[in-house]
Amino acid sequence: MSISRRTLLGTASAAAALPLVRARAQGTPTIKIGVLNDMSGPYMNTGGPTSIVCCKQALEDFGVSGKGLNIEVINADHQNKPDLAVSIARQWFDRDGVDMLLDVPTSSVALAVQSVVREKNKVYLNSGAASSDLTGKACSPNFIHWTYDTYMLAKSTGGAMVKAGGDSWYFLTADYAFGKQLQADTTSFVQAAGGKVAGSSAYPFPGTTDFSSFLVQAQASRAKVLGLCNAGADTVNSIKQAREFGINQTMKVAALLMFVTDVHALGLDVSQGLNLTESFYWDLNDRTRAFTNRVKPKTANNWPNMVHAGCYSATLHYLKTVADMGPAEAKKSGVDTVARMKRIPVEDDCFGKTTIREDGRNLTPAFLFEVKKPSESKGPWDYFKQVAMTPGDQAYRPLSEGHCEFIGKA
Amino acid sequence: MIMIFGIPGPLLFGQLLLGLINGAFYAMLSMGLAIIFGMLNIINFAHGALFMMGAFASWMLLQYAGIGYFPSLILAPLIIGVFGVILERTIISRLYHLDHLYGLLLTFGLALVIQGLFRNYYGSSGLPYRIPDVLQGATDVGFMFLPNYRAWVVVAAVVVCVATWAIIEKTPLGATLRAATENAPLVQAFGVNVPRVITLTYGGGVALAAFAGVLAAPIYSVNPNMGDNFINTVFAVVVIGGMGSIMGSIVTGFALGVIEGLTKVFYPQASATVVFLVMVIVLLTLPHGLFGRRA
Repeated sequence: MSISRRTLLGTASAAAALPLVRARAQGTPTIKIGVLNDMSGPYMNTGGPTSIVCCKQALEDFGVSGKGLNIEVINADHQNKPDLAVSIARQWFDRDGVDMLLDVPTSSVALAVQSVVREKNKVYLNSGAASSDLTGKACSPNFIHWTYDTYMLAKSTGGAMVKAGGDSWYFLTADYAFGKQLQADTTSFVQAAGGKVAGSSAYPFPGTTDFSSFLVQAQASRAKVLGLCNAGADTVNSIKQAREFGINQTMKVAALLMFVTDVHALGLDVSQGLNLTESFYWDLNDRTRAFTNRVKPKTANNWPNMVHAGCYSATLHYLKTVADMGPAEAKKSGVDTVARMKRIPVEDDCFGKTTIREDGRNLTPAFLFEVKKPSESKGPWDYFKQVAMTPGDQAYRPLSEGHCEFIGKA
Repeated sequence: MIMIFGIPGPLLFGQLLLGLINGAFYAMLSMGLAIIFGMLNIINFAHGALFMMGAFASWMLLQYAGIGYFPSLILAPLIIGVFGVILERTIISRLYHLDHLYGLLLTFGLALVIQGLFRNYYGSSGLPYRIPDVLQGATDVGFMFLPNYRAWVVVAAVVVCVATWAIIEKTPLGATLRAATENAPLVQAFGVNVPRVITLTYGGGVALAAFAGVLAAPIYSVNPNMGDNFINTVFAVVVIGGMGSIMGSIVTGFALGVIEGLTKVFYPQASATVVFLVMVIVLLTLPHGLFGRRA
């Protein structure tokens, strides 16, 4: 290749301009948020595109451009595969400069990503995953568990069932981290209340669509309560089939993790009377309705559930913290940013005022709902009536029982 | 109470019956695959997506046109069958002169596109579809509580399977079909329009998948991924039964449903794997499958 005078000149001027470009980037560094969730599988509607919509809504409501912040949101589909999620996260941190990882449903995936975030010292705000291990044995100073967890579900839904006389249980469990943890957490509540576990079936996840075998076994166990330790499309299928086999006549069905999106998929006809727990419902109060009205035009077929609301709330609080620290400072250390997030009071339209505990547990309230009868529902997505509410400081596992390793060491 | 292998007898019988019901879906789906493979030499990976389309078609008929379950048992397979014919004429027919692998890749791609489109419009958590009123409720058959709808599924599946087998093995139409696969130029010389026969066969196989989809709609969640969960098992069924053997796929479909059902009692965690274990064993001992013709 011959070097012409023109290329030489061009290269020289480009080289001269480079320091200028860098200088500008240093002035207002871009904060990158990476939403990593299931965009195509069984958890697409419970998280998926609506989580991204809610994250972006937080940017809009915070008014990032008016505050001189430079925020970019990217997303990827982890297909509920831990190995895939880990490689995406690494690529995001190493190559794309992502500062905060958001949502990440599916406990096995959420747990796998935890160590990568810690190694790279970034911020990890989880809304979608359930396992209470995330703030227990697998806790991390880079991590906040935003919306709910298996302990809170077990205590709220499970506790209410036991109180209502459901003292013997049969579990139908998705055979991976989340299902097992939910079963373990519920079992401890059932046993503490003097109840017993009559049996359980752990089925392969994902890929099981027919639950009839397990349902018949549950029926044969003569337990009073069928505890569903699964989520998303699996819950929908198991409730549908439980009704088909007349389980609802002999047993009470406890959907330990169920979202408003699942009720929508089942229809009130099949889901009426079920008890379930969420930390957010669009029709709780004026603020939740105002929030829902803002995001609804962007996700008309899938109204926000607690995971989506959690993505909004977490992003908003992160932005507050970034504005408070300054973006350059916030980019430096995930641990410092998360520590600062824990000190600043959390408040937003979705959850009202909450606090973030030392171990990374955001103490949202737990609402126990009952699914309305078709005749009680007045309009689209009018599905729940509130039965009980556990305040955030009582809803979650006490700090001392979590065995989080960094507590008391910092 | 009678105990069999430490399991109460009634529970075991119940599981056998449930296994047969699941086997009914495997049999219907794998039969369609076997017909398409036997006649067209195409490994139709889009079968799961077409099954899903059948379920969606019946949902749409109800939602947008108010057409109920029983009419849609006929209408949905017709609609999806026509879709299959269009697919075959415009896209798949271009690959007949190439290796199997191309057909497999093409239909796999088609399945991804179809699923993606449905997911885009309807999300993934599924849509509700009620069990028709006449088939609501359940009957106590002594050892278990059998939902009427499930009983209907088995009856419908057996009738459809036997009818299809009879058409292909026992009628002049079936004879033409089989002859066209054996030696297309010769059959063409007798004045039979072979490409049309092939197109209609593909349409028929697709309609079978759609029929299974309509049957599945009230028990499984109607969602874009519903075919995915079946397709792997169904391919294993076809391989175990012997590629292209219709009787093989029917018998194997029901048998594997039962084996899977029993696994769910003894070791549920393995229920997704047991089918493939059987496949490995069968292929090691009988490489052409249980009913396959030796080359």
